[in-house]
Amino acid sequence: MSERTRSAKKGSPSADGSVPSGLTDDEGRRLLDFYRRMVIIRRFEERAARGYTQALIGGYCHLNLGEEAAVVGLVAALEDRDYLFTNYREHGYAIERGISPERVMAELYGRVDGVSKGWGGSMHLFDVDHRLLGGYGIVGGQLPLATGAALAISYRGSDEVVMCTMGDGTTNIGAFHESLNLAALWHLPIVYVIINNRLGMGTTVEKSSAEPELARRAASYRMASARVDGLDPLATYEATRSAVAAARAGAPFLLEVVSERLRGHSVVDPAKYRTAEEVEALTSHDPIHTVGARLMVEGLLDAEGLAALDEEAKAIAERASAFAEASPHPDPSTLFDYTYATPVANDLHRLPGEPLFAARPRPTEVA
Amino acid sequence: MAVMTFRQALHDTLRDEMHRDENVVLMGEEIGVFEGSYKITAGLLPEFGERRVRDTPIAEEGFTGAAIGAAMLGLRPVVEIMTINFSLLALDQIVNHAAKIYGMFGGQARVPLVIRTPGGGGQQLGATHSQNIELYYAFVPGMKVVAPSTPADAKALLLAAIRDDDPVLFLENLALYNTKGDVPDGDTPAEIGRAAITRRGSDLTLIGYSRTAFVANQVAQELAETEGLDIEVVDLRSLRPLDRATIVESVKRTSCAVVLEDDWLTYGIGAEVAATISDGAFDYLDAPVRRVAMAEVPLPYSKVLETAALPSHEDVINAVYQTLDAVGRRRPAARR
Repeated sequence: MSERTRSAKKGSPSADGSVPSGLTDDEGRRLLDFYRRMVIIRRFEERAARGYTQALIGGYCHLNLGEEAAVVGLVAALEDRDYLFTNYREHGYAIERGISPERVMAELYGRVDGVSKGWGGSMHLFDVDHRLLGGYGIVGGQLPLATGAALAISYRGSDEVVMCTMGDGTTNIGAFHESLNLAALWHLPIVYVIINNRLGMGTTVEKSSAEPELARRAASYRMASARVDGLDPLATYEATRSAVAAARAGAPFLLEVVSERLRGHSVVDPAKYRTAEEVEALTSHDPIHTVGARLMVEGLLDAEGLAALDEEAKAIAERASAFAEASPHPDPSTLFDYTYATPVANDLHRLPGEPLFAARPRPTEVA
Repeated sequence: MAVMTFRQALHDTLRDEMHRDENVVLMGEEIGVFEGSYKITAGLLPEFGERRVRDTPIAEEGFTGAAIGAAMLGLRPVVEIMTINFSLLALDQIVNHAAKIYGMFGGQARVPLVIRTPGGGGQQLGATHSQNIELYYAFVPGMKVVAPSTPADAKALLLAAIRDDDPVLFLENLALYNTKGDVPDGDTPAEIGRAAITRRGSDLTLIGYSRTAFVANQVAQELAETEGLDIEVVDLRSLRPLDRATIVESVKRTSCAVVLEDDWLTYGIGAEVAATISDGAFDYLDAPVRRVAMAEVPLPYSKVLETAALPSHEDVINAVYQTLDAVGRRRPAARR
């Protein structure tokens, strides 16, 4: 499926990277910039995986490895004023939104300088200034929320757009249907993006979706849709720009981005459900390799330049982890600071071992 | 001050708040053209238009979640979920999102959302349409749950809920919509998290909320007239936070308590109240805390079976008598 999509794309890099496709100057500059950003995400994620094995990162940790081209192409098509809702595989999206890798890594480490002050962790990155409105750990949870954010924008007559990304498995949850139906009924400025890496955790799209061409789901809502090669950052960018423009004009859009997941579902998943052939094929699909090769074929980057970008990205990742490790843990005295936004009477600030009411002194024994 | 029904108090308060604040929008199934299943929103669509009174598809998860998302951007949606039974379809959005967004993201986004929804049985609506599951929401830190029992509190707590920056589940009850009472003029919200002692007394503390607080006041009045009993009534009003201090202070004065609830007994709100009394007034208790609650069955359709399963007026009176007997406080002349 994705092979067909990819080979049909104009200007796709071939695995052996031999034929220049004739990018315009703008496209060339953009591709180089995209590649640089992709490598930063790649090295950041690899550093995060190491932090996990060092037990500096806890909980679940899902990486964008293989998704870098899609992340970069998607986010580049948004304006600063637009909003992004995403799921638990979102480190790269946060960085692309302009949040410093240091603050993203600090959140993974659960520290006070993290984007969510250590309250969210890997799955719950949030930064209101950069209009990244989460990071959601519940599959599909972000869809109704993003739809509501678009409703608020529409209600006020302003012109921001909401982008809401999800995985392929999310298209089977009820919230997908309910949200797309609402968005279409109410003409909301929202782009729903399916990152189709063809696997839930280990269950394929074909085994979970009766209509495996996921973009076609949009027909149920008379919503425009498109499918794009998510290993090609320029193609993803162009398709997303069209989708965002439609949404800004009040026509919600469903964009399916066919991507890859190079490793397991999360850092602890060895992905034994994949065959040796599949694993081998992944290497030739790796967008860091293919886009790097394309830049070299186009004469936009040489081996030295490529190595320099890589060194820069590694340094950024190292700085992020050093910053995260140096950032303080939250103080236990702040435990009750974020239960309620409006202070409320009788909110219980009781620690696990404490009684509800102070114990009365035992009656003095009569001598 | 005006006398009006609980329904009218809700309607008027919604209308006033919509006039006061452009960010207040109503969303729910059949609230516009149909004027709401229980007519709370009657007349609001023609007055405010489709932009502010939004009929939604039958999609509780979708529209409740959308209201949460809209609240994150500063709207103040008031969602009507037709009955609390249907809120189960929105449980993930309420529990995993509305209640957690403020904390989980380190205080960066507020969710000023109200979910109005009625519970209540006794109308032969069968097992799926007669539940009282406010407990599910009262269980969750990050949620606020209020449960008025009078038209005055319906107004004051709805004002408070709409103006609060946290998600509030506003519990209504089918049996209360037509009850009448004085409603003060003006614009004074109640304080969420505070119970009210609605009747002072020294013989026994009777505790309830929503419909059961109404029943508690009725029973206390009746037993004062017929038996000369002096019963104190605590109307919880807020289920989360729970005003434990008021409960405990009352029981310290009366030394016995009966808790009324329309939900099932096991793990119910009465269990939390009884445990609170045990923690805070153990030395003062002269009798075990008694709970009057539903029988542990899916509520049947048959009127005979339904009546048998639901707490009755007589059940409450008997529990009061039995508790007073245990304490030795019942006046001999009143024995039946």
